[in-house]
Amino acid sequence: MTVRTPPGSHDVLRDPDEFGLDTQAVLTGIPRHRHPSRRTRTRRIVVASLLALLSIVFVYPFVWLVSASFKPRGDVFDNRLIPQTFTWDNYVKVWQEAPLGLWMLNTLIVTALAAATVTISSAMVAWAFSYYRFSGRGALFGLVLATMMLPGAVTMIPTFLIWNGLGLVGTLVPLWAQNIFGSAFYIFLLRQFMLALPRDLFDAARVDGAGHWRVFRSIALPLTKPALAVTAVFEVQAVWTDLMRALIYLRDSSTFTIPRGLKSLVDAFGFGGEWHWETVVTASVISTLPLIIVFFVFQRQILEGATMSGMKG
Amino acid sequence: MSTTTEFRGASRGRGATGMAVRGGGGRRGRSARGEHLAAFAFLSPWLIGFAVFTAWPLIYSAYLSLTDYDVINDPSFVGFDNYAQLFADPKVGLALANTFLFTVLQVPLHVIVALLLALLLNQAGRSAGLFRTTFFLPKMTPPVAVGILFLLLFNGQNGLINTVLGFFGVNGPSWTTDPSWVKPGLVLMSLWSVGASVLILLAALQGVPRELQESARIDGAGAVRTTVSVTLPMISPALFFIVVVNTIACLQTFDEAYTALFGAGNTTYGNDAALFYVIYLFQQAFEYLHMGYASAMAWVLFALIMVVTAIQLIVSRRLVHYEGEEQAS
Repeated sequence: MTVRTPPGSHDVLRDPDEFGLDTQAVLTGIPRHRHPSRRTRTRRIVVASLLALLSIVFVYPFVWLVSASFKPRGDVFDNRLIPQTFTWDNYVKVWQEAPLGLWMLNTLIVTALAAATVTISSAMVAWAFSYYRFSGRGALFGLVLATMMLPGAVTMIPTFLIWNGLGLVGTLVPLWAQNIFGSAFYIFLLRQFMLALPRDLFDAARVDGAGHWRVFRSIALPLTKPALAVTAVFEVQAVWTDLMRALIYLRDSSTFTIPRGLKSLVDAFGFGGEWHWETVVTASVISTLPLIIVFFVFQRQILEGATMSGMKG
Repeated sequence: MSTTTEFRGASRGRGATGMAVRGGGGRRGRSARGEHLAAFAFLSPWLIGFAVFTAWPLIYSAYLSLTDYDVINDPSFVGFDNYAQLFADPKVGLALANTFLFTVLQVPLHVIVALLLALLLNQAGRSAGLFRTTFFLPKMTPPVAVGILFLLLFNGQNGLINTVLGFFGVNGPSWTTDPSWVKPGLVLMSLWSVGASVLILLAALQGVPRELQESARIDGAGAVRTTVSVTLPMISPALFFIVVVNTIACLQTFDEAYTALFGAGNTTYGNDAALFYVIYLFQQAFEYLHMGYASAMAWVLFALIMVVTAIQLIVSRRLVHYEGEEQAS
């Protein structure tokens, strides 16, 4: 059903709608790769070389970090690409200096729950906005979009008081449980996708007697899979890297997520503490790695989602 | 023929269960009321979430901003005291100045770098995919790790940046400690995460009809001229989006600077030059438990963001108009 388009154009967003989206980029099916002339080819080679040079700037910090993680403490700052004294010690030591495994597990739990709940709930809400016709639908959807504009700082304190009142501060629950109620951006994204699905299909199923839930669960959801994947992967990235909530809600080192744990390492071993930078560096490598792997596996979904975020305006 | 009948039979069977689930009613189930009920059911997660985690917090935070509240004792009403205090607080002034300066430095640089990279990618043909991925990679790094990288790479004595600057005979500043260089340093570090904006601009560039650019070229416009007069106006909505989103993000900047330069209860830490508004707000709320004061700060931030965004919207409307005129001439 879905035709794969060249990179940059997005099959997630196929339907122009009343919210003034810049869908032109998505809709113009102009072929990007015609047979290039020799001049274009030379130009492309020049451009590609330039881009390769620029890529170094983007990749080098990773390389620096990985390289530093194999250096003994005294050499961390020597800026050598290849460690003068190569050592695995940091990777052995870091697990003793910090409960990295536990932090990883906590992050995994939070991330899995957050991604699963936000995907399901956002899909439900998006379905309501895309399939059903009810009075006030436009206004309500406008309200959903408006909540995206709200700075987190405004709701941060009362939200903390809610979780505090429920006695859940210090647990992992506040880091994901709000996702049960869906998230505006994903509702928007999934609605766009669902609007492009053939409505006749659902109506036919209804005529055949399928109930509301069944139409959603067995027909709409399977067809929305690509957008669901974008949602889930995007949320994994957001939750895995979230520092603010972890700072607010987590107190004990055993409950820390990766970002909160890394911050505590900077406090303990960085400028504020004992200058064990090799520990900080190694922990940074270990905690960034899972996301890099996720990125390479789900590259298409992530890049699609990132581009989509530019369409919500 | 027989298969058709079977199929019909099957679907009728399914229909019966469907009706049973809905408690009978069949066609009636599709009445406007039924539709509304179903829509409402699907909407309910968001409706509940909106009420509990958006609407109520908004109201309650407005109320809290008029009180003194330390979580342990009940809030005591103080009227607009917090707001009066806030405008007299030199640290709020400092935090605002820092935040504005950071934003004013970051947004234009970010947009220019993202645009240049996107323009290059758009010319790269097939290799664009690979580089697009490379540029996006830093976005997958947790902001905490970016903050750590800032401390390491921008270290004044032996950081990589200053070492590289040294090759060119430049004596680099102490980026992480010198008050006048902390913000520029953080801005430069933030450029590393420009990848998402590059993607958005690239998608916009690929949506510009080739014919438009080609006809401009045939009319004798050079590459630069074509880009400025044809391409940029065509992607101005995407550019504007990036400006707005980045401004809002900069006004709330927290993670990297807090990771690198602040820590609870540690006096050797902290750098006034990097005290951004949300960092100070966070300290007030969760380190000093001044919930009322912090709520007032949050509302001031909210108002500021609204004003800045409104100004940008008004300016953009004039820019769009200007482009329309230029295209017509």
